[in-house]
Amino acid sequence: MILKGKAHKFGDDISTDLITPGRYFHLRTNLPELAKHTLEDADPDFVKNMRPGDFVVAGGNFGLGSSREHAAIVIKLSGAGAVLAKSFARIFFRNAINQGVPAIICDTDLIAAGDELEVDVEKGEVKNVTTGVVIPAKPLPRAMLNILQDGGLVEHFQKNKGFRLD
Amino acid sequence: MATGKTLAEKILSAASGTDAVAGDIVIAAVDVVLAQDGTGPLVVSQWEKLGVGTVARPERTIFFLDHAAPSPRRELSNAHMIIRDFAAKTGAQLSDVAQGISHQRVAEDYTEPGFVIVGADSHTCTSGALAAFATGMGSTDIAVAVTAGKIWLRVPETIKIEVNGAMPDGVFAKDLMLTVIGRIGADGATYKALEFTGETIEQMPMTDRLTLSSLAVEAGAKAGLIAADAETKRWLTEHDRAAGYRDIAADPDAAYESVVTINAADLVPVVAAPHTVDNVKTAAALADVKIDQAFVGTCTNGRLEDIRIAAATVAGKTVAPGVRFLVAPASRGVYIAAAKAGYLATLAEAGAMIMNPGCGACVGVHEGILGDNEVCLSTQNRNFKGRLGNPDAFIYLASPATVAASALTGHITDPRDLRK
Repeated sequence: MILKGKAHKFGDDISTDLITPGRYFHLRTNLPELAKHTLEDADPDFVKNMRPGDFVVAGGNFGLGSSREHAAIVIKLSGAGAVLAKSFARIFFRNAINQGVPAIICDTDLIAAGDELEVDVEKGEVKNVTTGVVIPAKPLPRAMLNILQDGGLVEHFQKNKGFRLD
Repeated sequence: MATGKTLAEKILSAASGTDAVAGDIVIAAVDVVLAQDGTGPLVVSQWEKLGVGTVARPERTIFFLDHAAPSPRRELSNAHMIIRDFAAKTGAQLSDVAQGISHQRVAEDYTEPGFVIVGADSHTCTSGALAAFATGMGSTDIAVAVTAGKIWLRVPETIKIEVNGAMPDGVFAKDLMLTVIGRIGADGATYKALEFTGETIEQMPMTDRLTLSSLAVEAGAKAGLIAADAETKRWLTEHDRAAGYRDIAADPDAAYESVVTINAADLVPVVAAPHTVDNVKTAAALADVKIDQAFVGTCTNGRLEDIRIAAATVAGKTVAPGVRFLVAPASRGVYIAAAKAGYLATLAEAGAMIMNPGCGACVGVHEGILGDNEVCLSTQNRNFKGRLGNPDAFIYLASPATVAASALTGHITDPRDLRK
C-alpha cells in the first residue's frame, strides 16, 4: 500500500497520557468523542489541522506507557494514514498494527512539519516529496505485516481462523 | 553448539512447544488473561466482533474493576456494567471494586512460576517477580487471548540486571529500579526482557521483587523476570497456593544481550523528576521541591510492607501543613492486614487519608487529581505529563520511605535525614 499525506510533527517520548489523557477516561466507551481530544496535550490544534491521510510523525519511543489501545484508535479516527517514528513503545506498536494503522520505523529527523510524504508500507520506504529525500524504513516482521494487510487483528483472526505467522 | 536458555526463552519454549530462542515468533498457550475497567469494555466489544463466542479458560480470565473504583461518574458506572454482564454471561472471573489492583491480586491468587500471563494493562509485567512471563497488551490482543487461549509473541532478547551487595539503610527496591531505569533509559529495554539476578535479588522479599518487575515496562521492557526460589515458594505458601510452585531459572550458560551490574551498597534514595521515569536524581538534590500531595499506593508500592514503612515514618508525627497525604492499599488483603496491624490508624493519626483498595490517584481519573502547577510525590510508576489528571501539574516518583518523609517536611526529603 502507498499512502500520501502531510506530516504533523511531534518530539520524543509521546506517552499514551498525551495521546489520550486520563481525564477523558470516561470517554473510552464513546470513541468519536474521545477522538476529539487526540494528542491534545502535545498539540492543541492537532485534530483541527489533520486532513484524512495525513501522518503523525514523531521522534523516539512513541506511545510509551499505558496499554490503552484507545491511543491507536483515536489516531486512526483522527484520519491518520500511518504513524512514523524513530522507535515505538512495544504495546503501542502492536496496538497500531492490530487496528490496521501502519507503524513505520524510520529516521524522522529527515521530515519537517508540513512536509508531503509518500509511504510504501510493503517496500519499507518513505519518500519526502517536499525535500526529495528517500528514507528507508525498518521492515515489519511478517506476522505483523499479515495482520496489517488483513486490516487489523480481528479481521486477521477471522480470515485465518487463528494467527498466520509466515 | 547448544546454548542455554534465558528465563524468557525457557518459559516461552514450554508454552509454545518449540525450542524457542530470542527473535523467534511463537504462538504461546496463555495461563492467565486479565483486563481492567479502562481496557475491559474494548476487550468485550472486540471479543463480540471476533464472533467466536468462547472464553477459552473462564476460571483464569479475570476482569478487574480497579482504575475507577468505586466509579466516580455515570459513564464509568456503565462501563463497569458492561464488564459485570460479560463475566456473568461467560463465566469469566469478576474482581469487583472492593478487591483492589489487578496486578497485586494476580500475584496473590493466580500467578505460578512458568505461567504465561497477558493483560490489557501495561503493568501486567508485575507477575514476572514470580517467574511468570507476564506482559501487557492492548484490548484486541487480549480479546483474542480470551477467545483462543493463545497469543503470538516475539521471544525477546534479555538484559541481565545483576545486583550484589547489601542495600543501605533508607534505600529500597524502588530506588534500585529507578536507578536502573535512569541508567538504561525509558526505552533502554524496548522489545526486550529484563532478568534480575544476583545475591541482592536472592535475598529480597517478594514484596520488593514485585516492585522491580512492575517497573520493568518503564524501561520499555516486555517482561521483568526473576527466577523461582525459596522466597517464591514462601509467597505462594502464604497465599495458600504452595502446590503451584515449581523450580524455574535461566540456564547458567544462557545468552544475554547485555549485563547491567549494580552494587547495592552504592545506591542512595532517588526520585524520578517530571515528565519521564528516566529523569532520575538523588532525593537530596531535589530538597528544595515543595509538595502539595504525597501518595503511597499502586501496584508498584501499595503492599503491606510499603504501608508499614510509611506508618513507621510518620508514627507520632504530623503531616506538614498544606500537604495532602493519600494512602491506598493495593488489595483488600493488604487493606485488612494493614488495618489489623494498626498501620492505617497510625497513618490517619498523623493526618493521612486512607483510601479504598485500587489504583487510586495513579490513573488521573479520581481520588487525588492535581490542581494547576501543583506537585505530587508518589510511589506510583509513572510521572508523565497529565498522568494525575492535569497536564499543568508535576509528578515526582520515589519510595514509600521518601514519600512519607516528604509528607512530614512538605518538601522532597531523603528519608535518612529524618533520623539525624
